[in-house]
Amino acid sequence: MTKGSIGQGAGAGGINPALLRGLTQRRMPRRDFLGVAGKGVGLLSLSAFLASCGIAGSASRDAQRRVDWQTFWAQQKKTDVLDFANWPLYIDTEHGKSESLELFTRATGIKVNYEAVIQNNEPFYATIEPQLAAGESTGYDLAVFTNGWNLTQLIDSNFLVALDHSKLPNFARYASDLVRNPNYDPGNQYSVTWQTGFTGIAYNTKYIDREITSFDDLADPAFSGHVGMMNDNVELGSAALLQMGVNPETSTPKDWVESTKWLKKQRPLVSGYYDQSYIQHLENGDTWITQAWSGDVFQANQSGYPHLKFVVPKEGQIVWHDNMVILRGARNPLSALEWMNFYYTPKIAGIVEDWVNYACPVPDARQYILNVLDDPTVANSPLVFPSPSIDSLSHEYYVYKDYDEYQLWNDTYNPVIES
Amino acid sequence: MTNVATTRVREPSRLRRWVSRHSPPYVLSLLGVGWMLLFFLIPLGSGLIVSLETGNPVRGYNLTWNWHIYSQIFVHSDIPYTTFFIRSLIYGGSATIFCILIAYPMAYFIAFRVSERWKSSLLLLVLISFFVSFVIRTDMWAFVLADQGIVITTLRHLHLVGKNFHILGTAGAVIGGDVYNNLAFMVLPIYVALEKIDLRILEAARDLYANTRQVFLRTVLPLSRAGIFAGVLLVFISTVGDPVNSALLGGANTYTIGQAIQDAYLNNQQFNVAAALSTILMAMLGLIMFVYARVFGTENIENLV
Repeated sequence: MTKGSIGQGAGAGGINPALLRGLTQRRMPRRDFLGVAGKGVGLLSLSAFLASCGIAGSASRDAQRRVDWQTFWAQQKKTDVLDFANWPLYIDTEHGKSESLELFTRATGIKVNYEAVIQNNEPFYATIEPQLAAGESTGYDLAVFTNGWNLTQLIDSNFLVALDHSKLPNFARYASDLVRNPNYDPGNQYSVTWQTGFTGIAYNTKYIDREITSFDDLADPAFSGHVGMMNDNVELGSAALLQMGVNPETSTPKDWVESTKWLKKQRPLVSGYYDQSYIQHLENGDTWITQAWSGDVFQANQSGYPHLKFVVPKEGQIVWHDNMVILRGARNPLSALEWMNFYYTPKIAGIVEDWVNYACPVPDARQYILNVLDDPTVANSPLVFPSPSIDSLSHEYYVYKDYDEYQLWNDTYNPVIES
Repeated sequence: MTNVATTRVREPSRLRRWVSRHSPPYVLSLLGVGWMLLFFLIPLGSGLIVSLETGNPVRGYNLTWNWHIYSQIFVHSDIPYTTFFIRSLIYGGSATIFCILIAYPMAYFIAFRVSERWKSSLLLLVLISFFVSFVIRTDMWAFVLADQGIVITTLRHLHLVGKNFHILGTAGAVIGGDVYNNLAFMVLPIYVALEKIDLRILEAARDLYANTRQVFLRTVLPLSRAGIFAGVLLVFISTVGDPVNSALLGGANTYTIGQAIQDAYLNNQQFNVAAALSTILMAMLGLIMFVYARVFGTENIENLV
């Protein structure tokens, strides 16, 4: 879920706080400048200052950040706090309390400071990157990132703590095959999935009375002016690749360029390239057919919009994962690991899933939701507990090898949206 | 003896007197100058410097005096940044004009036609929408103006518009959002300017056989010019760079420079491109405002404060 612009309520007050902080903290030169200016030195030091004006990259202190993780985990001591950063509306909530977190505190004595501060991957990454690059604590032990460029960047820059799987027996036992050993993090070295979701097509059966089966339906002139697409390059590009029969995971830059032809042809029909607001536009009738995330459609169905329908296109769909990671500088890494392990049980995953309704990384949670929570709507939903036949139609995102590849991808798809 | 002593004392005291006579304005403006330096000039300068750097977010950015980027943005880009600049200027300009047209009668009414005890309540009403975050208010407009929203369904019901009529996603929706979000910034300065006008001047104009229209055009309007001037500055600058209205109310063809800067910085992590675009935007706005101030500016703008 990586939307470009201001998410829902993210940028209150005009400037995005994360952007503001990124602008004020990332750039070391300001501090240098004040020091230099204070001494009142002349042109010579000005040129020296200008030369030092670079912005340190995320890989700048790479060597210093290499750690022997076995020793690291051996040295850790138990703490009784966990600072958990997550997305809004992404955990079970009843009257401002979360049963899953309370059960965790009761079982382990660890108090959880749960903050729904992540509006989007990019701004949150921009918020914590300066601290991570400086080797300082971000104030969060656990954060949730979608597999995508930011997660790759976190892994490549050694910004994450490698997980000690000897302390994650429940993951080994209960995790769905869909979230094991993913292409973006082989062997789950740094991440375990919080929620999985699918990107397919959703449409409003009030306005479209025929079956929607394919990406080509997004380019049907009959829906002109009522087609929604995502403003996220990765989602947009992946859909175009699937449309032309290419698996995004194994695609090449040549395919990327080729796939923009379809997007450009389709563009005159598109009413907008949306961020998370695409679901409101679908609910409000602005769009009749749109690229969509499974969980949003499921939640909309439950909250007064039964006419919306999510379909898996016959060309395939994207499966993405929001992943729990332990950030470097975390003060309570053992608590974070403890929570990951605690989450990967049918009971806790079931409690969370019954509220969140994306796709559950713990298949056995279905029985818990069906028998204990008595909620067959969620338990029997093919979106929350996908059948193996859907699995075979689901494809992962392309994993960027480095920034240059990511930029090439952006340069390919930006001109479609930005026009 | 005393003479000599006093002369000796008088010398430094004259200097001190000179300093104490001439320095207060400088000392008093220190805070303002510091503020401008810290939050305007240094960011502007560092923006310019970052725009001249090359690199990427992983390896870092280094200053290479890459002036080339400015020509790249305008000439050799797959992305039509020039269009976004022009589009943003058109949106900002139209929003400013609509703001004047709506705000002037409002301010005139509050300043001249309302009894004293209602004035502050009415001004509060102008400001009351600021109690809610403007992103949320804008998003609510997206809800109200939606194709199945209350406005369009009513219009359709009355057969005033056709089946394919829509508001969201059009330039009109974006400009409307800009006007709605910035109206108070136009009302308040105009109100302050009008409020200051001595009513006896208007009487004098009437005594000199000016009709209502002439009173307005020859006295009220010129006397409130400073208010319009200040309002235009506030509204134009904030609407040209605004990414929120175009993102929430706009569609596939309303992409503005504010969105381009945001996407370049956050999504593409091209800090140099984002900085170059901001620098161009700042320079462009600065130039427009400078010309505008030379042509329409008034000496009595300080009367407003």
